[in-house]
Amino acid sequence: MAKYIQGATGEWEVVIGLEIHAQVSSEAKLFSGSSTKFGSEPNTQVSFVCSAMPGMLPTINEECIRQAVRTGLALGCKINLRSVFDRKNYFYADLPQGYQISQFKDPIVGEGVMEVTLEDGSTKDIGIERLHLEQDAGKSMHDQHPTQTYVDLNRSGVALMEIVSMPDMRSAEEAGAYFRKIRTLVRYAGTCDGNMDQGSMRADVNVSVRRPGAELGIRSETKNVNSIRFMMQVIEFETRRQIDLLEDGGEVAQETRQFDPATGTTSSLRSKEEAHDYRYFPDPDLLPLEFTQEFVDDLAKSLPELPDAKRARLISEFGVSEYNASVLVAEKENADYFEELLGELARKTGQDKVKIATQAANWVIVDLFGALKKLSKPITDSPVSIVHGAELLALQIDGTISGRIAKDVFEIMLESGNGPEKIVEEQGLKQVSDTGAIEAMIDEVLAANQDKVEKYRGGKDKLFGFFVGQVMKKTQGKANPQVVNQLLRPKLDG
Amino acid sequence: MTELTKLTLAEARDGLVKGDFTSRELTEQHLTAMEQGRELNSYIVETGEIALEMADKADHMIKAGNATGMTGIPIGVKDLYCTKDVHSCSASHILNGFKPKYESTVTANLWQDGAVMLGKTNMDEFAMGSSNETSYYGPVKNPWRATKENGELGTKDYVPGGSSGGSVAAVAGDLAIASTGTDTGGSIRQPAAFTGLVGLKPTYGRCSRWGMIAFASSLDQAGPITKTVRDAAIMMESMASYDIKDSTSVERTVPNYEHALTQDIRGMKIGIPKEYHMDGMPKEIEKLWQQGIAWMKDAGAEIVEISLPHTKYALPTYYIVAPAEASSNLARYDGVKYGLRVEGDSLDGMYKNTRAEGFGHEVKRRILIGTYVLSAGYYDAYYLKAQKIRTLIAQDFAKAYEQVDVILTPTSPSAAFPMGEKSDDPIAMYLNDVFTVPASLAGLPAISVPAGLSSDGMPLGLQFIGRAFDEETVLRVAHVLEHAANFTAKPKVWWGDK
Repeated sequence: MAKYIQGATGEWEVVIGLEIHAQVSSEAKLFSGSSTKFGSEPNTQVSFVCSAMPGMLPTINEECIRQAVRTGLALGCKINLRSVFDRKNYFYADLPQGYQISQFKDPIVGEGVMEVTLEDGSTKDIGIERLHLEQDAGKSMHDQHPTQTYVDLNRSGVALMEIVSMPDMRSAEEAGAYFRKIRTLVRYAGTCDGNMDQGSMRADVNVSVRRPGAELGIRSETKNVNSIRFMMQVIEFETRRQIDLLEDGGEVAQETRQFDPATGTTSSLRSKEEAHDYRYFPDPDLLPLEFTQEFVDDLAKSLPELPDAKRARLISEFGVSEYNASVLVAEKENADYFEELLGELARKTGQDKVKIATQAANWVIVDLFGALKKLSKPITDSPVSIVHGAELLALQIDGTISGRIAKDVFEIMLESGNGPEKIVEEQGLKQVSDTGAIEAMIDEVLAANQDKVEKYRGGKDKLFGFFVGQVMKKTQGKANPQVVNQLLRPKLDG
Repeated sequence: MTELTKLTLAEARDGLVKGDFTSRELTEQHLTAMEQGRELNSYIVETGEIALEMADKADHMIKAGNATGMTGIPIGVKDLYCTKDVHSCSASHILNGFKPKYESTVTANLWQDGAVMLGKTNMDEFAMGSSNETSYYGPVKNPWRATKENGELGTKDYVPGGSSGGSVAAVAGDLAIASTGTDTGGSIRQPAAFTGLVGLKPTYGRCSRWGMIAFASSLDQAGPITKTVRDAAIMMESMASYDIKDSTSVERTVPNYEHALTQDIRGMKIGIPKEYHMDGMPKEIEKLWQQGIAWMKDAGAEIVEISLPHTKYALPTYYIVAPAEASSNLARYDGVKYGLRVEGDSLDGMYKNTRAEGFGHEVKRRILIGTYVLSAGYYDAYYLKAQKIRTLIAQDFAKAYEQVDVILTPTSPSAAFPMGEKSDDPIAMYLNDVFTVPASLAGLPAISVPAGLSSDGMPLGLQFIGRAFDEETVLRVAHVLEHAANFTAKPKVWWGDK
């Protein structure tokens, strides 16, 4: 469904294309043996090659090639068995060679199509044009000296994958879904850590607007947007700006823009006339990159189950709801936690996974994710282990504690790090299912509230809940609510 | 003691091993000769202390019975090679005072074999030139001078050719037993021809380019400059190696090249490309070529006329490809990291000031040409077309080698010319490379051998071009021609106090 934007003079359609730069997870840089570790002292991870000393030559780091192929496979794109490294020539202080080694005409990964799921549950196919490998530049530091710029070359030569989409997105939501899915996929494939706050992923955002069905409009390109939220802001802002311009009789300039997170706006960086002529040509220091289909096939075999397949399996194998499955597979670690938890729980309770999967999924998504969010901790650093989580759920399933008590126990687990069985034991939180004890308490409650008993019997059914509440109160919530229900009704009904 | 500087590399090797003299003695004599020969301007830096240390080490190697062909041999090293902690500037001001913390693979191979470094030899700036007049350190003088009609030695200074002008002048003037050169479009072969020496450019990929200051990466290749073909064979074996640090170097065993010098070329087919008979070529060059053909026939080879139809496009192709690569290779000299920096009021200002002052005219000219041919809108018409023609030129050779084993041509269309004669005319200067450039574009091994003298007594060379990685055949035929030509002339010493 096309989503048009209402302007003052009619409807508009926004067209979005993304170039996502993802840093390859690798020990060493693309063309030198220097380390890629984040956060080291400036200029401590710099070889003669990445500082462009005279006479130094690049040599390809094979692991980076494997990572690019894995990514291409995870994205469902065509892998090119022959690709070429080109030089992209421009001058900047943090570009020691005076050129960036990139891939221009013949990228390592070609076209593909990716399906993304939108919030309303609908899906959309977004084309991928290519993925190519390139070197990162160094970092210019303008805040270290009043008049001079310092250069840190630690990042110089680190391998990046540039993933270029087709101009297939029509809303910020679609672009967000696309970016999130790419991030999920590279994290599954283990080819990029996806840490946007460390600059491991960033996007150049191309936006244009047009009348529905018209030719493509002139686009602006906003560079180096480093979060999905910012990217969506860029799209919203650019869409509005361009529509306003056109409706006022102006023209959109083809230009490069930059985003200011403080104001949520973009501003012009350089015009088309000021654009660099990069003078691309094949890098004569490197031979064309060629590998066999077997090389690709071996890498395909080594890929883990990818999110779409995992999602489908969670639904078909365990009966997890579509929504829950989507949430769980968004991060591989979450899905892994869930599956391990489910296994542990099935083992503990002896129950079929299908029967207990929904309860387990709900607990992970609602209780655990909620707690992790509050603590700002990733699931890999969860204060509640899989074994303890399964214990907690097992205690509910076998009726030892109620759902309400379980929430209290979970809080104590988060604080103390203790296991739920120990907590329940020590604090005497075991659910009372002893019918004799509960019956005695029901009798006490009924005797103390004769007036309400009369009213109930006179037709005020809703008072049933009141009696349940009173009994629960008497047991500090430990009475098994099902047992209470079963015993209470016949007594009330007389 | 005899004048050890007059020895060939092979003679010096044999004398060292026999114990007739030590490397220290040999080296000391060269250091003295260098001092007396400073007028030639063949060395940018003399490394006497290092040389003597290396000589002593070599003498130990020889005593211990670990000598190789290069052990104890004092050589000059073109300034384009990075030599650890020693001036390595490609004769450019932009690398002002640059001393690398690493050693090029080729020189490391030579030192491993016990060779001795006398100093860094002068060259055209970034190897861009055919007369060694573009060096920041001033022009190199050819030890050879033309003879006047009355038979007296003239007083005019001649160019030694380029870009390895310092390397050839040092060897021709007996200031080094041999030297390393580099050849991008003829920079070993043409200067060797201009100075009566042997210059071998091996197959592209035979020597590692790691640590060689790049001019045009797809063409640059290291090679020896020596007094004889045998010397070239010995030195080539030491320089060549496969190097994982250079993706374009080729993994192939390096043969014992000296074994290729059998003097037997009976039945060998030698191609004579008709396109190399150029209009306006001096008669004596044509005559020399015919003489070379006759010598080959006499030695039992079969002469076959061949065609290399794209030859006439080689020079323009070269002068697109090489500057294109150079414009990018030289972008790293920006004043930010090392070498010269001339401050400015902004980053761009600093770039402009540094590069304006750091690069000479010829280098600037080629950067401009290269930038132009790679620019949007011109790339297809120039760079891409040049690459296609380069492929056709390589195919010409491949086809020819279905018929013949090796190709014989002149090395250069003229003998050495007086200094300043062509320095204002880039086209005339570029024409020097007309016979050497095709083999460079095709990546083939080629050698220049001294074959005679011009009417005014300047050396002339002939060139053999071989199949890829067939340096052995190239050396074998060159050895036969050298023997037939019996080129024994030496420049009369006019420099120093002699």
